[in-house]
Amino acid sequence: MTRDMAFFEFLLRMGDNTLVLGHRVSEWCGHAPVLEEDIALANTALDLIGQTQMWLGLAGEVEGQGRSADDLAMLRDAWDFRNVLLAEQPNGDFGQTMMRQYLFDQAHVLLLEKLAGSSDERVAAIAAKSVKEVAYHVERSRDTVIGLGDGTSESHRRMQAALDLLWPYAGEMFTDDEVSGIMAGEGIAPEPSSLRAAWDAAVQQTMSEATLVIPDSDFAHAGGKTGFRHTEHLGHMLTQMQWLQRAYPGARW
Amino acid sequence: MTVSVDQIWGWLDEVPDPEIPVISVVDLGIVREVVLEGETVKVAVTPTYSGCPATSVISMDIETALRDRGIKDVKIETRIAPAWTTDWLSEKGRSRLEDYGIAPPQPAGGPERCPHCGSRNVTRVSQFGSTPCKAHWRCTDCLEPFDYFKCI
Ligand SMILES: [Zn+2]
Repeated sequence: MTRDMAFFEFLLRMGDNTLVLGHRVSEWCGHAPVLEEDIALANTALDLIGQTQMWLGLAGEVEGQGRSADDLAMLRDAWDFRNVLLAEQPNGDFGQTMMRQYLFDQAHVLLLEKLAGSSDERVAAIAAKSVKEVAYHVERSRDTVIGLGDGTSESHRRMQAALDLLWPYAGEMFTDDEVSGIMAGEGIAPEPSSLRAAWDAAVQQTMSEATLVIPDSDFAHAGGKTGFRHTEHLGHMLTQMQWLQRAYPGARW
Repeated sequence: MTVSVDQIWGWLDEVPDPEIPVISVVDLGIVREVVLEGETVKVAVTPTYSGCPATSVISMDIETALRDRGIKDVKIETRIAPAWTTDWLSEKGRSRLEDYGIAPPQPAGGPERCPHCGSRNVTRVSQFGSTPCKAHWRCTDCLEPFDYFKCI
């Protein structure tokens, strides 16, 4: 694999994570349990989709085939997506959405802090911009996980169920492979495994405040960021997200 | 026609922010540079939040304002580094925000006082408010809700 191929893959991983999770979160718009949460979720989705434009825009530039961020977002099929499986998991109830958000945000903020010092100045600029927004995301998702975990017996039960359900999807965020090895060698991005200890420490702290128990098993599903095997949920999501461009190819706003 | 860079800054200071029309795009600190190259005016604009829907409207408003002044060739460059910070809000902008009912950003991370009654007894409702740049707060004295322009 050449450096540019690995760089393109890396940028897709960044942009597909923010795109797929951003779309998932946007599904709450108009449906959240209270108005403040509806607004907060919509704002989070907006930030993530804004970040997607920068990551996928750069991906298209690095690929050099003339594909725009919109082309990459709307005209690829499920097997070409490189987001982690966690991002594509369905929203479930509000607690499950916030648990997914926290597990992701906590890793996202640690990664972006490192990427702000990337040897590639375009990556560093996108990360420096994004990390300011993501600092607010993780503050809120963390507070919400703690509030609901250490809340009523019903909210506690639901948050523990969400953690048990999503935990096997968290490990994929920290696996290394050929792409990440090349990126680390070039000083563009850290090896994902190098972020694990800090993430574990932060998540332990949060879950203990939330009175939630982290599952014993570190078994981790894989196949999202390599595109080898997404869960069935991604395809269903794309049929909705990409519907307009599929039905009316080339339609413009 | 002859124009100066200062004149262009003055014109841009009359372009209102589309979501908070009491402050200008210059007050907001998103106009980073104005360059005159022959007949061409180049304006560098930094987005506030990555996904802020106002960003493209702002670029369009800037272009329209300059064309209305007779500038034919306008080039808008979106510049993401250095990232926008609320430190770039002008003093004029900060006081206009408060008059408008939006508490200006504070280094401490929360509003200094209620923009309605001036009370310092305020409490946060949500980190996220009516637009990406604002948080939602409430005054525990006059009980009115208000927006806080959050630090970034
Ligand atoms: Zn008050």
